[in-house]
Amino acid sequence: MSKNWKSRLSIPLISILAGFVLGAIIMLCLGYDPIMTYEALFTGAWGDPNSIGETLRQATPLILTGLGFSVATSAGFFNIGGAGQYLVGWLSSIWFVLSFPSLPGVVLITGAIAAGAIAGGIWSGIAGVLRAYLKTNEVITTIMLNYIALYLSNWIVKSFLANGDADYSKSIPQSASLRSPFLMELTNNSTFHYGLFIAIVIAIIMAFVMKKTTVGYEIRSIGLNSDASKYAGMSTKKVIILAMTLSGLLAGIGGAVDGIGNYQNILVLASTPSVGFDGLAVALLAYGNPIGIVFASLLFASLKIGGLNIPVVSNTPSEIVDIVIALIIFFVGASYLFEYISKKMKTNKSKGGKA
Amino acid sequence: MQSNFDQASCAIELKHMTKAFGDFKANNDINLKIKKGQIHALLGENGAGKSTMMNVLSGLYQPTSGDVFVNGEKVAMTSSKDANNLGIGMVHQHFMLVDDFTVIENIVLGAEPTKAAGILNLKQARQKIMDLSEKYHLEIDPDAKVRDISVGMQQRVEILKLLYRDANILIFDEPTAVLTPSEITELMAIMKEMVQEGKSIILITHKLDEIKEVADECTVIRRGQIIGSVLVKNSSEQQLADMMVGREVSFKTDKTKSKPGEAVLKIENLSVKDSQKVERVKNLSFNVRAGEVLGIAGVDGNGQSELVQAISGLEKSSSGSITLDNQNITNLKVRKVTEAGLGHIPEDRQRFGLILPMTVSENIALQSYYCKPDSAHGVLKYNYMNEHARHLIEQFDIRTSSEKSETGALSGGNQQKVIIAREVERNPKLLIAANPTRGLDVGAIEYIHKRLVDQRDKGNGVLLVSFSLDEILNVSDRILVMHNGENMGIVEASRTSEQELGLMMAGTPLDKIKKSKRKVADK
Ligand SMILES: Nc1ncnc2c1ncn2[C@@H]1O[C@H](COP(=O)(O)OP(=O)(O)OP(=O)(O)O)[C@@H](O)[C@H]1O
Ligand SMILES: [Mg+2]
Repeated sequence: MSKNWKSRLSIPLISILAGFVLGAIIMLCLGYDPIMTYEALFTGAWGDPNSIGETLRQATPLILTGLGFSVATSAGFFNIGGAGQYLVGWLSSIWFVLSFPSLPGVVLITGAIAAGAIAGGIWSGIAGVLRAYLKTNEVITTIMLNYIALYLSNWIVKSFLANGDADYSKSIPQSASLRSPFLMELTNNSTFHYGLFIAIVIAIIMAFVMKKTTVGYEIRSIGLNSDASKYAGMSTKKVIILAMTLSGLLAGIGGAVDGIGNYQNILVLASTPSVGFDGLAVALLAYGNPIGIVFASLLFASLKIGGLNIPVVSNTPSEIVDIVIALIIFFVGASYLFEYISKKMKTNKSKGGKA
Repeated sequence: MQSNFDQASCAIELKHMTKAFGDFKANNDINLKIKKGQIHALLGENGAGKSTMMNVLSGLYQPTSGDVFVNGEKVAMTSSKDANNLGIGMVHQHFMLVDDFTVIENIVLGAEPTKAAGILNLKQARQKIMDLSEKYHLEIDPDAKVRDISVGMQQRVEILKLLYRDANILIFDEPTAVLTPSEITELMAIMKEMVQEGKSIILITHKLDEIKEVADECTVIRRGQIIGSVLVKNSSEQQLADMMVGREVSFKTDKTKSKPGEAVLKIENLSVKDSQKVERVKNLSFNVRAGEVLGIAGVDGNGQSELVQAISGLEKSSSGSITLDNQNITNLKVRKVTEAGLGHIPEDRQRFGLILPMTVSENIALQSYYCKPDSAHGVLKYNYMNEHARHLIEQFDIRTSSEKSETGALSGGNQQKVIIAREVERNPKLLIAANPTRGLDVGAIEYIHKRLVDQRDKGNGVLLVSFSLDEILNVSDRILVMHNGENMGIVEASRTSEQELGLMMAGTPLDKIKKSKRKVADK
């Protein structure tokens, strides 16, 4: 077991290292100083309380969209609609708060998160139902639902939530915000908010759900062998819908938490939010392990926030960070491929021995 | 120098070879000589380490310690390519073919003949393959996609793959488990022809009659260690079996006369169509009574699988009714059928019976995970599950390093024991066992047959579907023969013969056989 755990950790770590090394080589070739750049990256993310706060805030929605993606993957589905589910979650949370602004803060916050969860869950649940009953490929439906979410949200913001013809909604009242004077003081006025703790608690809950509950057992079974799951009397339709709904529900909470914690309002967007897709990368890097997702999210957030500091203190363009991120994702993908091939060969090997 | 000469007459020699997985030694200090131009059989219980040893010989595993000699030379193989280059090839039990490629493409895969500039030259390859096919009577359909050909032909493709690579040491890992009797006879003949040409063969099989028929020497291995090698012509099947298990094995299951009670399973006018809407079970009616084993005999593909799937709820029936323990279960969901009292040892264990990447204890809980005591309020009780699994591992002698091992790491026979433990232990009113001993060693077969009879003696019904007549005759009380989806008749096991069953399996209904017998008697 522990050996398994170690080998699971080694691939992401090697991918990360390879991404940084290759990034450094590229910088050298282009005539930039990699050491200075990485130093800027690090201090930009973790150098002072404010940066730390921003990094943690950036990681928060990633954890949730990453968890969402991984639940669907465990059941054998590729939910790339995280962006849309996050967006409907964001929209619903703000809409809820703006509709009942005078409710007490606790009710507003819980209600906003619940609204986001329900909206996200419905959004991916649609893809789940289509998959279960009509065998529609979830990749296609979730992409389509991303676009629907984008335009629907833009229209609702403009028509119902914005002042005049602004491109953003009214702001939520202070009472509904996840920010707090205490956290702001602690992090030198960063946008850090309580959402991170919510995300970490949910990650722990998800680790428990997937590993220790009958629902998690069913989701894993169906992802690993749907024929045997049918033989065992599991309702594959039910589990598919459930896994997809849970997946979107988590992304929806991500949107809600980011909405009432970070943005405090909702904007008209030009494209689907990137946290949806970053969540996918985070989940892949973490092998779908909920606790791993927390760390992978911190890494991605560090790169994003730290990257902002690079052009400030060096002459390296900040795009270099995107290259490093892309390289890490590339190596994770490549290691999956290597692993897939070696596993294929191994199972063939051992299968050869199976009577 | 003497020893060098010795080695040169050996195709393969293992010296003090140990292969460990973690702390577990699957092969422990193996010393083995495979003589050139012979068929060397390898016999051992499930999980004894036969496949592991062969995987070392074919370059897939590297030994933890010890040496491998091929044709007298010490070698260090790190891949199956290395083994290929040394003339070693292995036919794996689960074939390693690409479904979407044609037969020819599969054979040349990895050793593609090329013209200049890397352009495939299939013409030349085709000629060589067709020559080999003719020479060894390995009949193939060169341009068919592998997904469309029979299991028997797939195996011939695997063999041609080795011959195409000029292998002269061939390893067969349980090649006959998936073959029909006539295909087995053909394969045996082909193997004999190969050794006559000077090739050497290692044959792994659990079927002692096959060893008696073709092998020159037989090495017995138990729990990773060599027990000894014997000349086949000097030993009997009984001796081989006893040597392998380490105690006396009985081929005949002891059982008292059955005391059948009321019907636990009633099938009335059942018809089942497959996914192509072809009727595979036709208007079938029979009963399984409490306290009896009903065997279903028949050649593979005569509707047995569809029948089992319909009873277990995996497939819908198109007409007729199924009653289990006085409850109408026709077209009920799988779980409802299970809860009504069905246990099911499925035919394809890896596809239906197990979730290989999960642990042994998780697989043991597969039918009961959702109820107490495996879980409470939706939370799995791993402590209980593991303890329960440990108990069954001991009771059913499942060879695994721990209940937390991945089920996929167990040997084929031990995977089957996991399923049997799970299904038998629930003490179902009706137990369906579909080819439950395929690929199992004689000791395990003896044990499983005993458990089936135990089930019967506890007053439950057992429906045994098997392609092996020996098994059917040995375990069943009554035998139903299926041919082309129809019931050819039901006979008492104690009052029938292989000839009679054979006739019915070929499509002669029982009444006809009786009539013609009467006619003979009348004359
Ligand atoms: N990759 C692996 N990791 C851990 N244990 C393994 C692995 N492969 C095999 N084993 C263990 O080694 C032992 C020998 O397995 P092997 O497959 O060689 O048995 P076998 O003699 O071929 O049995 P069978 O007749 O059932 O096919 C088994 O106990 C099995 O659990
Ligand atoms: Mg084996």
